[in-house]
Amino acid sequence: MAAGLRAINWVASSELIERAGLRDPAQRLLRVGSRRTVRLATATNRTFRTAGRLGRPARQSTAPADLFDLAPDDEQRLLTESVRDFAAQRVRPAAADADAAAAAPADLLHEAAELGLAAIGVPVELGGYVESRSTVTAALIAEALAEGDAGIAVAALSGAGVATALALWGDAGQQATYLHEFVSERPPAAAVALLEGQPLFDPLTLRTTARRANGGFVLSGVKALVPCAAGCELFVVGAQLDGRPALFVLESGQSGMSVEREPAMGVRAAATGRLHLEEVVVPPEALLGDGDPAVYAEAVARGRLGWCAVAAGAGRAVLEYVRPYVGERVAFGEPLANRQSVAFMVAGIAVELEGIRLATLRAAARADQGLPFAREAALARALVAHHGMQIGSDGVQLLGGHGYTREHPVERWYRDLLAAGLVEGGLLL
Amino acid sequence: MINLETPRKFDGLVTRAHQMAANVLRPVSRRYDRAEHEYPKELDMVAALIDGIGEGGGLAGAGAGAVGRGNGAAPGDSAAGNRNGSNLASLLGLIELAWGDVGLLLAMPRMGLGQAAIAAVADQEQLQRFGGRWAAMAITEPEAGSDSASIRTTATLDEQAGEYVLNGEKIFVTSGDRAELLVVWATLDRTAGRSAIKPFVVERDNPGLQLERLEHKLGIRASDTANFRLVDCRIPRENLLGSPETATATGGFAGVMQTFDNTRPLVAGMAIGLARACLERTRELLAQEGVEVDYDRPAHAQPAAAAELLALEADWEAARLLALQAAWMADNRTPNSLQASIAKAKAGRMGTDVALRCVALCGAAGYGEGELLEKWARDAKILDIFEGTQQIQLLVIARQLLGRSSAQLK
Repeated sequence: MAAGLRAINWVASSELIERAGLRDPAQRLLRVGSRRTVRLATATNRTFRTAGRLGRPARQSTAPADLFDLAPDDEQRLLTESVRDFAAQRVRPAAADADAAAAAPADLLHEAAELGLAAIGVPVELGGYVESRSTVTAALIAEALAEGDAGIAVAALSGAGVATALALWGDAGQQATYLHEFVSERPPAAAVALLEGQPLFDPLTLRTTARRANGGFVLSGVKALVPCAAGCELFVVGAQLDGRPALFVLESGQSGMSVEREPAMGVRAAATGRLHLEEVVVPPEALLGDGDPAVYAEAVARGRLGWCAVAAGAGRAVLEYVRPYVGERVAFGEPLANRQSVAFMVAGIAVELEGIRLATLRAAARADQGLPFAREAALARALVAHHGMQIGSDGVQLLGGHGYTREHPVERWYRDLLAAGLVEGGLLL
Repeated sequence: MINLETPRKFDGLVTRAHQMAANVLRPVSRRYDRAEHEYPKELDMVAALIDGIGEGGGLAGAGAGAVGRGNGAAPGDSAAGNRNGSNLASLLGLIELAWGDVGLLLAMPRMGLGQAAIAAVADQEQLQRFGGRWAAMAITEPEAGSDSASIRTTATLDEQAGEYVLNGEKIFVTSGDRAELLVVWATLDRTAGRSAIKPFVVERDNPGLQLERLEHKLGIRASDTANFRLVDCRIPRENLLGSPETATATGGFAGVMQTFDNTRPLVAGMAIGLARACLERTRELLAQEGVEVDYDRPAHAQPAAAAELLALEADWEAARLLALQAAWMADNRTPNSLQASIAKAKAGRMGTDVALRCVALCGAAGYGEGELLEKWARDAKILDIFEGTQQIQLLVIARQLLGRSSAQLK
């Protein structure tokens, strides 16, 4: 694709730094590290072709439930168990290297894709395999996968978020164009890009804009911490249209699109990047959900639920790691677990983790039943922002100096859990 | 199917409990907070109403008596599969009543904790004699609070008279003065440890049961808290609940603990009801000042007061769901000791935290007696103390999670 050649663009080089008069080597190194960014063309995408267009869009549906129930159904149990196995056997062993490399191994993501994760939100009429609405199922899966590793989970699930968005809000044409690819053997890498780089980011007031032109739209702006940005073939992007935020479906590789690596404190395996949009021209059918602000707000809430589920998984990983550790580690002649100051911290993790989990499931179950769930998602998010971060911190604290080193995964979870309380989009249940 | 909404079949129960709380308890909240030790006569009417309603585990379950044993099934549940029964119903009713007034709720006739112990360990004959009566629980002693295994009150069998003779001191007995019965925990043999500790039913008018005084408290002043001295207090030997065997665990100390498994989610429910009252009133007062929570925007994009209210509400929601989980497990006969303690730990600390911070958010309006917020903040503290303090709950949770005995993790 011709546009691909255009975008290699060294923003700063060491020569430039020299000319800027930065003589101190350490300072120079710092500047190079932070400024030397590469902007590349977005991934070369497959050609998305319309297939099996239905007369009207297909949706999953769920009847309202009657009783309070915390037991997953058989399908959920089966899916969750297989994902949990995968997370324990394949994801966890790969987590440390993926964190260091700031990328999940391609073959591992391919294996994850083979689990059919991308198609969970796709209606059966369009080749999916889950009949009822899938928010709870997706939450259980995200939790299970994130117990293996949060970063790899985000990488493995970001595409599913785009598929779910199309399944929920796509018209028949959008569904026919894209969804069959998500149920194929090699689903496209894709991500929902809502977050922007400015402090105090408010997803309801975006700097990325869409203006109407020639019957279509022209998008400009920068999206931050987009999972797998460089590899994505498809994005769902939030942009301000007529003063209100709206969602657009963007295929990669178009003129004006470029990505820049944006490694962060945590969820590094998700290979986060910035997506630059410079006067990107898109057709009228790029607009998702008719630009309805309610659809956009729901996407934000579903994004938060995705991160809440990831936090529940990462928090579980912390709890299960510190339990045996404090039982085995001896100090002052007895196991750490015999001391209240230590044991109570573990109990505190269990208490808050269970609260996060239940609040997330409640919001997800309300979403599936067609009940309003913005409040419930916000509450789950608030729990994650406060207690999720604390769980990460306590996990390191319980291992003391050992926890601070990369010999143990708790420092990674410390970094990962912070993301769950602050990222908007990226995931979508 | 995973669903964390409360079932519609309990809507009627919740509505009636809420109306009672709003129309009977709230209007006299302040009055009995000021008139400590005065009997809230309005409660007789409430108790009669509750006795009358008793639907599907119903409001009668707002007292501890309905939980503790029996199956959790309510009419209309299918024979197999998921149940939403009396534990859940009790919790939901109780949350509403506690929203009204926790002190008055604790003072409710025939709702004493002692009834939970009776329900848990009494035999059929004892159930007939004591069931449905107002029974207070007398465990705590001046030298034995959370450490209930070190009870010193003794029970000595007088074979000839066929009576037990109780001697000792009991403090912090909720509704102790007003109840008809006291379930007094005493040891048959102070050298035999926990297994010798048994519950004995003592009629309130027993001359050997001497009221020492009523406590003056930080909050829940509508509820009397009595201290007793037992002086050669003679009771029929049939009033020992459960087995007199000191070797067997049933009905003894394990019985107390089992009682607590069932009542901890209910105390959590009290904190949840009280905290909801705080949040609702604070929300109203802040709205008058133009501050409202926006659930779509991030906390940092809102006024600090709104962000704080959001954070408090989130902790409230977590506590509520944890309590529902524990009750639901009890309804489905799943062992829930861990979840019951998790619910109590979270709700206890949440209740105090929410109540105090709501007062602070409202400033003088919250702190003054013109609102009930300051009263709720005083009431809340007991909920993180009785039925197992925060620290006891954490011990229970930690011992289970870490596989520690009480000798290892003290």
